[in-house]
Amino acid sequence: MSEPRPLLTLNNLSKTYGDNIVLNNFNLTVYDGEFFTLLGPSGCGKTTVLRIIAGLEDADVGQIHLTGQEISSLPAEKRPVNTVFQSYALFPHMSVFENVAFGLKMSGVAKDEIKSRVIEALEMVRLSDFLDRKPAQLSGGQQQRVAIARAVVNRPKLLLLDESLSALDYKLRQQMQVELKRLQRKLGITFVYVTHDQEEALSMSDRVLVMHKGIVQQLGTPREIYEQPANLFVARFIGEINQLEGVIVAIDGNHQYEVKVEGMQWALHAEHNFIVGDKVNVLLRPEDLRVEYIDAPHVDQVLVGTIVERNYKGKTLDSIIRLPSGVELITSEFFDEDDPSFDYSLNQSVAVKWVPGWEVVMPYETL
Amino acid sequence: MAPTFKGLKLIRLSYLVSILVLLYLPIAVLVINSFNASKYGIHWAGFTWKWYIKLFANESMMQAAGHSLLIAVTSASIATIIGTLAAVALHRYQFKGKAILSSMVFISMLTPEIVLAIALLIIFILVGIQLGFWSLLLGHITFCLPFVIVAVYSRLKGFDMKMLEAARDLGATEGKVFMKIILPLALPAVAAGWLLSFTLSLDDVIVSAFVTGPGYEILPLKVYSMVRVGVSPEVNSISTVLLMVSLVMVIISQLLLREEK
Repeated sequence: MSEPRPLLTLNNLSKTYGDNIVLNNFNLTVYDGEFFTLLGPSGCGKTTVLRIIAGLEDADVGQIHLTGQEISSLPAEKRPVNTVFQSYALFPHMSVFENVAFGLKMSGVAKDEIKSRVIEALEMVRLSDFLDRKPAQLSGGQQQRVAIARAVVNRPKLLLLDESLSALDYKLRQQMQVELKRLQRKLGITFVYVTHDQEEALSMSDRVLVMHKGIVQQLGTPREIYEQPANLFVARFIGEINQLEGVIVAIDGNHQYEVKVEGMQWALHAEHNFIVGDKVNVLLRPEDLRVEYIDAPHVDQVLVGTIVERNYKGKTLDSIIRLPSGVELITSEFFDEDDPSFDYSLNQSVAVKWVPGWEVVMPYETL
Repeated sequence: MAPTFKGLKLIRLSYLVSILVLLYLPIAVLVINSFNASKYGIHWAGFTWKWYIKLFANESMMQAAGHSLLIAVTSASIATIIGTLAAVALHRYQFKGKAILSSMVFISMLTPEIVLAIALLIIFILVGIQLGFWSLLLGHITFCLPFVIVAVYSRLKGFDMKMLEAARDLGATEGKVFMKIILPLALPAVAAGWLLSFTLSLDDVIVSAFVTGPGYEILPLKVYSMVRVGVSPEVNSISTVLLMVSLVMVIISQLLLREEK
């Protein structure tokens, strides 16, 4: 692999609406050919970033460089960037063909070329049989695909997608996620995708940027974001996570600490540097916890709790276990082939442990 | 139960019929009389086209009709252009005084015509515009304008604004967005606005009476002056013609506005 080439860089973008700070000194580099996702809860500023890149909104301060060129002063129609809108925003008075041809017509492409490129784009999204339909005669998923074809037909340097799948139902959304990813690989166009759906972000992206209140929380690959969340917000926003409070009682060596959690002392690994007496959060994913029946005396150190809820989820058995301190842990276990009927009864006492090293220890904070 | 139900239905029906009669009987009498061979229209003397023939042979009447059509077409067209652009501006752009401007549109629609007529007359005299074609045209544009704005604006309000952003994103300049997206989509409302303006202009009496001069006679005023001498059968037939023209225009404009909801 060659060194990734920066395609888009945003420098020190800030934007306020009245008293509301939407973006605060925001920086971002997107590399050529990657699938980049801006992830965050609604109102975190992610859509504003997208609109600023597209030129539909102006930042108060900051620069936008696309392939090394400053483009902040270019109007939206002059930027080599196209957007797939959340509401699709198809032109209702035009046929599917005319919708997709619109961008090419605006840039003065010859008629024959328009025709072949539009048909090629529609074949790519498997809609070449619907050329003469009006958008109103198409299903939501088909409209979505027209919107995608209408944008990619212009061969933009950058394709911006604003919550483009959120209007579809669950099944269709999953299907479109796969299709989008495939399309992106095939076209080699850089995608910047905006979503509040963490599952979508993790499954499609090469890199994810988690945003909250106009500030970058973490930037990394989906795996980094999920397994090594930078802070409690990221940890909690990306999937379910259990949070246990603890105190550093001794330092064992390089990034190894003795941590007192739930009245017991554990040898834990941490990326952060702590000193003795620091309060910490120990974070554990539900699927990283192992639940065991208490039938024999335990050799390992375990947490003991009682089952207060058990939910059959088909693929997994999800339980809530209350520890003596009152803290409740969520666990998610896959059904085991050796023991397909395993289950718990309410109020049953169980032991909980985890694979050492899968925990995330970070400075104590509350949200 | 059944008889009471039937009785209720009968009462309801007769109520409806009486309202319709109240509304349309005078007009019906006028239309029928325009085909009545009897000159005074007190009794039915047989069907005839002769009043229509006489009407179309009446040169001063035809001249007034020509003036009326010219004024109606021109004022409707100018009001439609200005009104459409105003509606787009009100819908699309944020500017100072927008709220005041849009409520003023409604106020001017509700202003008594006599007030508007006097105001126009004063301003024409003040500015020194000779009363005639131009004063009439300006007057008609003025009272047609708000109707066009309201018709087009309410259509634009139904738009997904994102569509206009999408067009710009795809490389359309502001002018292209207007020509390729806004105008085609607003066209039914624009056409309806034109037809409404045409009708309003064609049968306006009050404003016209104030702002036209003796040299430029238009149809409604001509009819009005004829009636003062007595209702001649020709008046019946010209009224019938006007009625039909207005009716067709209103029907077309309503159909246009109702299309593709």
